[in-house]
Amino acid sequence: MADAIRTPELHLSEGCLSPAGDWTLLALASHANRLRQELAGAKATRWDLSALNRLDSFGALLLWRAWGGRLPADMVLPDGYATQFERLAAMDEAPVPRPPRVGVVDVVAGLGGALLGLFAHLGDFLALIGRLALDGLHLLGRPRNWPLKEFSANLYKVGVKAMPVSALVGFLIGVVLSYLSALQLKAFGADIFIVNILGLGIIRELGPVLVSVLVAGRSGSAMTAQLGVMRVTEEVDALTVMGISNYIRLVLPKVMALSVAMPLLVLWTSAVALVGGMMSAELQLGLSYGYFIETLPKVVPAANLFIALGKGAVFGVLIALVACHFGLRVKPNTESLSANTTASVVTSITLVILVDAVFAIATRSIGVPL
Amino acid sequence: MTTPVLSLRGLSTRFGSNWVHKGVDLDIPPGEVVSLVGGSGSGKTTLLRQMVGLLTPTEGEVRVFDEPLFAGSREAQRQRRRRFAMCFQGGALFSAFTVYENIAFPLREAGIATEAEIRELVALKLTMVELLPSHAALMPAELSGGMIKRVALARALALEPELLLLDEPTAGLDPTRSASFVALIRDLQQQLGLTVVLVTHDLDTLAALSSKVAVLAERRILAFDSLEAVMQVDHPFIQEFFLSERSARALARAQGA
Ligand SMILES: Nc1ncnc2c1ncn2[C@@H]1O[C@H](COP(=O)(O)OP(=O)(O)O)[C@@H](O)[C@H]1O
Ligand SMILES: [Mg+2]
Repeated sequence: MADAIRTPELHLSEGCLSPAGDWTLLALASHANRLRQELAGAKATRWDLSALNRLDSFGALLLWRAWGGRLPADMVLPDGYATQFERLAAMDEAPVPRPPRVGVVDVVAGLGGALLGLFAHLGDFLALIGRLALDGLHLLGRPRNWPLKEFSANLYKVGVKAMPVSALVGFLIGVVLSYLSALQLKAFGADIFIVNILGLGIIRELGPVLVSVLVAGRSGSAMTAQLGVMRVTEEVDALTVMGISNYIRLVLPKVMALSVAMPLLVLWTSAVALVGGMMSAELQLGLSYGYFIETLPKVVPAANLFIALGKGAVFGVLIALVACHFGLRVKPNTESLSANTTASVVTSITLVILVDAVFAIATRSIGVPL
Repeated sequence: MTTPVLSLRGLSTRFGSNWVHKGVDLDIPPGEVVSLVGGSGSGKTTLLRQMVGLLTPTEGEVRVFDEPLFAGSREAQRQRRRRFAMCFQGGALFSAFTVYENIAFPLREAGIATEAEIRELVALKLTMVELLPSHAALMPAELSGGMIKRVALARALALEPELLLLDEPTAGLDPTRSASFVALIRDLQQQLGLTVVLVTHDLDTLAALSSKVAVLAERRILAFDSLEAVMQVDHPFIQEFFLSERSARALARAQGA
């Protein structure tokens, strides 16, 4: 309203209480406590509401509570306000149920629920792989249905666009690693072994894991969030209704793209990291570029490169599968979206490191010069 | 004349190279229920978003309660914002909150009512929009389209606004619910002198509720007057909107009721 707010008051005259002014949420903002006390202390039997300027449901509620949940027998109630109190009476008939208290049983049940949830995750993950395999088989004879456009778009997004950042990180890691190793090697006079350390360490181990962490954070989260929002906005349901497989259109291109992009990114990042290491070695130890490049293939057998590429492909598939798994589990609310995106990144990084350990054991006798 | 609650002055909007509004002037006096009508895509939602400051007009000014929307200190702006509320076309409920928390949220933020009072106010708002107390525990994703509309209205009413902006409030409601929506808004309007601006295509609601009708077409307000007066205006859109056979039937129904 354009007119000014009138201060809410409670007047007592000859045993008759009459609230006056604006009894609205806005007007009561700074008077609510005072009026609550005055109402609680009031011992009148007669009420007169005709002096009220405005009464909204908050003001009405304050009065209603002071009256103990029913209209006083002796009162003046202007017509317009009657419905307010009728509504309050109706509301008292149907109170909002309180949320149940959390007890010991609930804690135990929660624990069991979490455990069952873990099994559900495993089951769903297996189901995802199964559906993907079945849909893949279905596609074999139908090249027209291959999601090639989506594949190429994804390849560009997760591969090409990740090149600058992975190069930057790889280069810096290479420089730092080389610098720290050089300090130690210098002390032993074993300068030339820098090539062995950098070569083996970066190509076999650091490159794939570093790229996986980067890609999980960069592309895995993006995939989960994208699928999640598509769930929230029912786009996934729209696809289903059109008879288009979510797995072929949404999941498969992502898995394919990462399985191709990851080995290439591993190659690229490892190369840049080695360049960084080489430059640092030249500055620190005076090792010439020529020597570094010439020695590298001699001390690092080519098998390491293939292990790295294999790891890249496997990690890529894992990251994409985990991302899609969590993306498709998103419930239509923002909290679930954020929880699943977090879970997706954390799970894929953990899984990559676990699988990397398995790789290390399985390939322990391959490509390591003794 | 009383000062308008809401006024738009020479307001123009451009998206890219597309002018949606050009020189919109509108003064909404207090206590009126104004229906804003216009074809789909004529910029009604955009106009509403500009009224509440979500969108800055390319040209022109929005005044609310006789002050520019963004005038004054942070606190002054907050106080001003508390006096009006908007119901979005899609509900815009907080999806991570239950229905109860959605309605309680603005009340808690205001920090005036106690937690026990908030409980009762939420219950009251739920009965006002004809939802059951058991709906309070549901998440927005578990509601039907019409229920979302009603929760959004309950949330908008939580802070007892003086100016209420509603974007297609009855779309998705069944006829009975639309009728009780009309009754609720009329009640509030009479008791609190609420000013309402509503975008609607529903002629039953429009005829039953609005004290004035604003027609948005050709990028400006073509007419702003009582329903009867607006219907006399000779313009193809208005003739089509109000005087087609379907419309005539709806309007006759509303007048008979
Ligand atoms: N954010 C935006 N960017 C570009 N164009 C927009 C945007 N929002 C709305 N429009 C355009 O403005 C016009 C009016 O839209 P809207 O206000 O939503 O219409 P309606 O009257 O149906 O509510 C439409 O042509 C729409 O395409
Ligand atoms: Mg709209």
